[in-house]
Amino acid sequence: MRRNRKTGTALPKKRALSAGKQTVSAMGLLIFLPVAAFFLSVTVGRYGIPPRQLLQILFGKLLGLTPIWPNTVEKVLFNVRLPRIFCGMMVGAALSGSGAAYQGIFKNPMVSPDILGASAGAGFGAALAILNNFSILGIEATAFLFGIAAVALTYFLSNSIGRNMNAVLVLVLTGMVVQSLFSAFTSVIKYEADPNNKLPEITFWLMGGLSSSTQKQVLMMLVPFVAGMIPLFLYRWQINLLSFGEEEAEALGVDTGKVRAILILASTLLTSASIAVSGMIGWVGLIIPHLARLIVGPNYKTLLPASALMGATFLLLVDDIARTVLTTEIPLGILTAIIGAPFFLYLLYRGRSAWE
Amino acid sequence: MKLNVNSAVCGYREAVVLENISLSVSSSEILCLLGPNGVGKTTLFKTILGFLKLKGGSIRADGEDLGTWTRKKYAQKIGYVPQTHTPPFPFTVFDVVAMGRTAHMGSFASPSKEDLEIAEKSLNDLGILWLRDRIYTEISGGERQMVLIARALTQQPELLVMDEPTSNLDFGNQLRVLKQIRKLAESGMGIMMTTHFPDHAFLCASRVALLSQSGFFIGTPDEIITEESLRAVYGVDVKIVETPVDGGHVEKACIPILS
Repeated sequence: MRRNRKTGTALPKKRALSAGKQTVSAMGLLIFLPVAAFFLSVTVGRYGIPPRQLLQILFGKLLGLTPIWPNTVEKVLFNVRLPRIFCGMMVGAALSGSGAAYQGIFKNPMVSPDILGASAGAGFGAALAILNNFSILGIEATAFLFGIAAVALTYFLSNSIGRNMNAVLVLVLTGMVVQSLFSAFTSVIKYEADPNNKLPEITFWLMGGLSSSTQKQVLMMLVPFVAGMIPLFLYRWQINLLSFGEEEAEALGVDTGKVRAILILASTLLTSASIAVSGMIGWVGLIIPHLARLIVGPNYKTLLPASALMGATFLLLVDDIARTVLTTEIPLGILTAIIGAPFFLYLLYRGRSAWE
Repeated sequence: MKLNVNSAVCGYREAVVLENISLSVSSSEILCLLGPNGVGKTTLFKTILGFLKLKGGSIRADGEDLGTWTRKKYAQKIGYVPQTHTPPFPFTVFDVVAMGRTAHMGSFASPSKEDLEIAEKSLNDLGILWLRDRIYTEISGGERQMVLIARALTQQPELLVMDEPTSNLDFGNQLRVLKQIRKLAESGMGIMMTTHFPDHAFLCASRVALLSQSGFFIGTPDEIITEESLRAVYGVDVKIVETPVDGGHVEKACIPILS
């Protein structure tokens, strides 16, 4: 009992200390990253804004100086570049934060907004809303409604099928069923849509991207972002306990029914708001929580903020690639899939013992 | 604290598994629950812990109906050591033990410095402080069992419910866990545990409850664990022997007859 069976030593492994120095310095780095990515993203782009000019504009605006910079630069910065950056950061943080929360709530590291069907559900809701010319608020609301319906469907189906079976696998499989069901509904919408205007609009939006971000969209994202993130942050310690299973969490004093419902609603709100603003951007909610877990450990006290910060940084950088590498924009969802799919395979390979 | 179960009826939605169960556990007492597989020991535990709804009778702690308790109050009063299993994430042992403090914290809080000190003390009391920074999913079954006991200690309950704390352990670890259980009872905690080994009940139980198809019997280990009762309940022949151990103290043990 006193020895580590694998190495034969009695020395404790130094890894992922709960409040150790490693975690603290990692968090410092994770706070610095999005800030650095922010300044990088402001300067790069088709219309480059050099760092000096950026500082001039920012300080000039703050101090109310007379503009010494071209008016176009200011327009690009405030109407195009900054809204896009803020949207990207919020979408990245929302998808990663909700992905991390879903993984804890469903006790399953292979879960994400995509796999639970939340994305497909919200995507269908948003497509339906676009077809019917809803306002952005209407798109968000419809996306949320169908997102939550899809998660509920996945959850109840997997619960009724999965008794005494591999719960991880059943949840993933049911999620795939729900996902493809809602994708089919989305195809019906596309089939019905007017090929001259609505169809391209829905199709481009489904590919995922931030190119249409406006100041108004930043505000429309900000409200659900704050409303969804607050409960996740408040309850983040209890997500740890939920990952041990319902009875154990209850025996330790967690009101599981209430807490789980709040967390699912909040996570789905974050996912659907992201989808309403930026379309279908897959994989972020799966791979970022995993990366964060490798860096700060599985304790949600630090894992949740780490996921959000890394998600914001990741999406911002991928979006920079999307808008600078080719002369035409690469849809963001395509890029995240190209990065995410191999990473998921790597996870399957690494975690194969957990599946047996 | 004194827990009183009075003619309880336990079961799942429609199915009644157990009827007319009456027992009590007081501080410093160890109640061992024996019985064959599938007779309803886990159902009884789940009902006492409030996971399953009581279908009849009453369960009270110092006169208070447990049905009126919130999850938080439950967890402050009654701790639960489940059978070990592997959680999906590689938490450190210290994180797992600190989770025992949740019932004493605000809903939105994380463990405070004092909470972490209590967690560290539990690890120290059980002699497993060296496991502190190890990964819970990577340690052995025996170590994990000890960690779960440490978590329950951190919870500081008045009654501890343990589901087969000695299953899946090697011989040495079984006895080490039993020794810890006895120490906990000496320190004033009431303990209710299931086991598959009558010998374990002889070693540490102050009272034994025997659950079987033919009924429910409760009393001292000497009254309940007899050659006749074990034959009736498990359908096997055993010989119960007494042997003096150090200090003139006499221990009983079961010897199975396989012929």
